[in-house]
Amino acid sequence: MELTGAEILVQCLKEEGVEYLFGYPGGAVLHIYDALYKQEDVKHILVRHEQAATHAADGYARSTGKPGAVLVTSGPGATNAVTGIATAYMDSIPMVVITGQVPTSLIGNDAFQECDSIGITRPIVKHNFLVKDINELATTLKKAFYVATTGRPGPVVVDVPKDVTGAKAKFSYPKDISMRSYNPSSKGHVGQIKKAVELILSAKKPVIYTGGGVILGEGCQQLVEFSQKLGYPVTNTLMGLGAYPATDKQFVGMLGMHGTYEANMAMHHCDVLIAIGARFDDRVTGNLEKFCPDAQIVHVDVDPASIAKTVKVDVPIVGEVAEVLEALIKQIDVSESKVDTSAIDTWWQQIDVWRAQDCLKFDTEGDKIKPQSAIKKVYELTNGDAYVTSDVGQHQMWAAQYYKFDKPRRWINSGGLGTMGFGLPAAMGVQLAHQGETVVCITGESSIQMCIQELATCLQYGLPIKILNLNNGFMGMVRQWQEFFYDKRYSQSVMNVLPDFVALVEAYGHVGIRVEKPEDLDAALDAAFNKHKDRLVFLDVITDPEENVYPMVPAGAGLNEMVLV
Amino acid sequence: MENESGALSRVAGLFSARGYNIESLTVAPTDDSSLSRMTLVTSGTDDIVEQILKQLNKLVDVIKLVDLTESPHIEREMMLVKVEAVGESRSEVKRLVDIFRGNIIDVTDTTYTVELTGPGERLDAFLQSLSSISIHEVVRSGSMGISRGEKVLGL
Repeated sequence: MELTGAEILVQCLKEEGVEYLFGYPGGAVLHIYDALYKQEDVKHILVRHEQAATHAADGYARSTGKPGAVLVTSGPGATNAVTGIATAYMDSIPMVVITGQVPTSLIGNDAFQECDSIGITRPIVKHNFLVKDINELATTLKKAFYVATTGRPGPVVVDVPKDVTGAKAKFSYPKDISMRSYNPSSKGHVGQIKKAVELILSAKKPVIYTGGGVILGEGCQQLVEFSQKLGYPVTNTLMGLGAYPATDKQFVGMLGMHGTYEANMAMHHCDVLIAIGARFDDRVTGNLEKFCPDAQIVHVDVDPASIAKTVKVDVPIVGEVAEVLEALIKQIDVSESKVDTSAIDTWWQQIDVWRAQDCLKFDTEGDKIKPQSAIKKVYELTNGDAYVTSDVGQHQMWAAQYYKFDKPRRWINSGGLGTMGFGLPAAMGVQLAHQGETVVCITGESSIQMCIQELATCLQYGLPIKILNLNNGFMGMVRQWQEFFYDKRYSQSVMNVLPDFVALVEAYGHVGIRVEKPEDLDAALDAAFNKHKDRLVFLDVITDPEENVYPMVPAGAGLNEMVLV
Repeated sequence: MENESGALSRVAGLFSARGYNIESLTVAPTDDSSLSRMTLVTSGTDDIVEQILKQLNKLVDVIKLVDLTESPHIEREMMLVKVEAVGESRSEVKRLVDIFRGNIIDVTDTTYTVELTGPGERLDAFLQSLSSISIHEVVRSGSMGISRGEKVLGL
């Protein structure tokens, strides 16, 4: 039987196991929306702005490991999706974005709602396809999901002209796909594994430094086994939080610009650095010239281009993190070398001295709510078991510092691109994927306004997200940098003309609570998480306006040159 | 690389996005019409060239990639030059073309169009030798390369 292109497209999504399709209709995708109307397997989530569709699919993908799926129309639909595509690209999130396109006969004619979606998205996708022939539609979608989810994952855009969705063809979905030009490597090189293990076991002051790649590559269990077998300290990047349990004694906290003192000092003084699924981002390394001056480096990554991109590496291993870790564990077991336990004991004593600085302590005196304490309370109230999304800025760093993630895929934030407006729509994707679980969006008064229209989407689909709005009346991180580096000239970072958030949230049909005093915080949190368990609650928490994120590695400094308070 | 629309702009886009130089670039389909062969000349430190190779390999349209300069190889470039050819310069150009083993492929009363193929430096040398001649137009193809010996870049 012949199907229309639109029916084929929806059928392909079913074959790929897509539960939720986040999207917004428009002229070029009307055939597809008609095909969606006639079935119930793929549930469409109608967002209020295409950027939110991509962030929601992204949140879904980050919290489940399955690819997110997005459908938007041509022209402005595609351009609105760009920020979300770039966000997913920077953090290597698997996502397939279907963009409508004007009919093939009109492409290049400056037709209504036409833009070169392939050209615009080319630098921010893992790959993209323009489907000009209905007979290639199914194969192309199969390729899109394959490319998005294998190797180093990433977003893939499929641009589908309207006439292709209206034409008819026979449908058969390919079971497997092979592409001669795309063969991601999986197993690490045996010789390199042996070399790495000898170096790892010779270490006297080692650090295990892991990033988002361990979570994306489903290697968290192996990481725990590997680390605990060695007894070495573990630090996670912002993207890697949750890969190693934060409450374990071997965990020294996040590293980098707002990492812990002990993590950064251990990095600076280590003799062997074991980097796994991390990419030596500039917010992690600080000044490259001063980075880990005495370390020999093992680097495991699925993407060869991540290795030796900024930092020279002694033992590179290209492969899937989980498989390489398993090989490393086996090799440790058979190696004649053993962990130098007395050296490692001495190393831990040194680390404990750094730890004793208690770099995350903060002042709780005074009549203003400290943002750190609000996050700590949420952590305690949710038993550290919530899914937490964030926007970008000070609140993001505080969330990363004070919410201790013991499990992967619970901490959902835009690390690479740093996209304000990410938190709320991402939380929608997370909540849909994990119904009945607690989902918290930690945000600020500036970030939340960038996608606040999604409160309507939350009402439509009954998403009981808890929004913690840390309202300090500033773009906090911008203000902090202006305080430090621009002599307190708060140029355009003051955000004190705000809506009445409680009234606004109530207008959208949700519960809003404003909290101004420290002593009122507990009751408000109780109302949000218990009394109104099944509703979206927006806590507008007025915090100490000039609180800063500490500790901090100033720009241009080495990791050992942290400012503590 | 795959002979598909967009493949070239992926390569060009990668170079501009990451700030790498393209000194020249030539691309055309091969005997297998599904494949295009591209020769790209770039410059940079060893670290940069290594990154360029890795980044190019990541492009889904790139099937196979070699750094030709790592082993003996041949480079060729074609150039078409239209020069003034009147009076004494008419015979002078003819002499130079013979020395450089080029061909005059089009003639008018006042101009010659010269075709010359060789490594880029030889084309540069020819242009320098024309110093006293008025050059109207220069078209260069950019370098193409292939390995010496039995080494083959294929599927």
